[in-house]
Amino acid sequence: MAQIKGTDVSVGYEKRIVAGGINFEINEGDYLYIVGENGSGKSTFMKCVLGLEKPVSGSIVYGDGLKQKEIGYLPQQSYIQRDFPATVSEIVISGCLNKLGFRPFFGKKEKERAKEAMEKLEITDLAKRSYPELSGGQQQRVLLARALCATGKVLLLDEPVAGLDPYAQEQLYTLIYRINKEEKITIIMVSHDLEAAKKYATHILHIGGEKCVFCTKHEFIKENGGCLF
Amino acid sequence: MSVLSTLAEYLSHSSVRNALIVATLIALCASLLGTTIVLKRLSFIGDGLSHVAFGALCIATVLSISEKMFLVLPVTVLVAIILMGGNDNKRIKGDAAIAMLSVGALALGYLLLNIFPNAKTGNVSGDVCSTLFGSTSILTLSDADVIMCIVLSISVVLFFVVFYNRIFSVTFDENFASATGIRCNLYRLLISVIIAVVIVLSMQLVGSLLISALIVFPVLSAERIFRSFFSVVLSSGVIGIFCAFTGIIASILFSTPTGATVVCVNVLVFAICVVVGKIIRKG
Repeated sequence: MAQIKGTDVSVGYEKRIVAGGINFEINEGDYLYIVGENGSGKSTFMKCVLGLEKPVSGSIVYGDGLKQKEIGYLPQQSYIQRDFPATVSEIVISGCLNKLGFRPFFGKKEKERAKEAMEKLEITDLAKRSYPELSGGQQQRVLLARALCATGKVLLLDEPVAGLDPYAQEQLYTLIYRINKEEKITIIMVSHDLEAAKKYATHILHIGGEKCVFCTKHEFIKENGGCLF
Repeated sequence: MSVLSTLAEYLSHSSVRNALIVATLIALCASLLGTTIVLKRLSFIGDGLSHVAFGALCIATVLSISEKMFLVLPVTVLVAIILMGGNDNKRIKGDAAIAMLSVGALALGYLLLNIFPNAKTGNVSGDVCSTLFGSTSILTLSDADVIMCIVLSISVVLFFVVFYNRIFSVTFDENFASATGIRCNLYRLLISVIIAVVIVLSMQLVGSLLISALIVFPVLSAERIFRSFFSVVLSSGVIGIFCAFTGIIASILFSTPTGATVVCVNVLVFAICVVVGKIIRKG
């Protein structure tokens, strides 16, 4: 059974459907790119996959023993965070919260997990730094480390490279790719970057309008030369 | 020497000691809650709620309810839940609603007091003034008041300690927290109820116009200097206690209005923190 499977999903705001007919199946270790124009419902679709919102119709089910608490998420940055007084290690370890159950405080296990996540994303030396003082690329890596703390299976990323300079973009892509390959973590990413999609993705989901297309990267490139818009 | 001896004389009265205990405890609670309110950009909610509490208090007075808290507390809690409901994305547009509600409640309360004066509210302007700016009632607290306040403050502090990690997560990034299975709605509900309770309690200390000062100033001061969430929470509590304590002592020594003095000490500490923060950044 697939890790996440969607049947005839349509998403929208307040009953108005912006994207419909979405059928997809994601298996362990897949790397899915979700592409589409602005306002086509990509982020809303993402929230439906996360269970934060309900799809207007259709169903999204988790399989393969995947639970809500095992999904990591990298949201678009909110305006609150830009000058939030918090250190890198405080933010990263907060990703372990869903492992606590009824315990109030983090134990050795969570601290170890946060340390590992910081090592993987090469931010160990930033641990005591304050989040607002970091560069955009560093901040994204912190949030990615936090997402990694929350999951061992699936990672959802909402436009992770938006607003980063090309060097930082490339660096982040490489890190995400490595997480996908080395940890066998499924990646689902919303992005505008078709070039990166062609390079890294295993599957592509094009969202927008009545009929959304889900296919493997090779089908995608063969059918329309990788050019959508 | 004369200042110290006056102080010693005042402190020998149990009522002054009670006032000091209650004031510092309330200030501690307000400043702890203030961290999540201010960092979530909800500062105006404290203000709005205190005006709602004022409105409810006026209605209770007009209806001659003897235990006014039985009306004021539920109304404020209810409004707090309504205002804090909905997630981050939806709440941003709520600032106009809060502004509307807060002046609306203020106006309605004052209007009702004027239309239906009764024996108790013979002195309308004096009454309103003390509810708005705090009164000397902090010096006439009964032992029951003090005990209730102590119990409540301990519960608030305990809540904050036990749920510290969850409060951090919900404050920093609600989307992430709920996506990873944290019950944000529950914590938001708990926080709004506690805020309402603390606001109603602190009305007797600084009055409803000045309450938000107790909530926002300590954390804003702490934020100037400290850069981690933990140190901001901790120092905000310390600053809150310090300001309430010195404020009350000063108001006793110079016979100034209690609430206003406490708030002014807060303003002063904030100014100092701004300067200190600037020096640290440069150095």
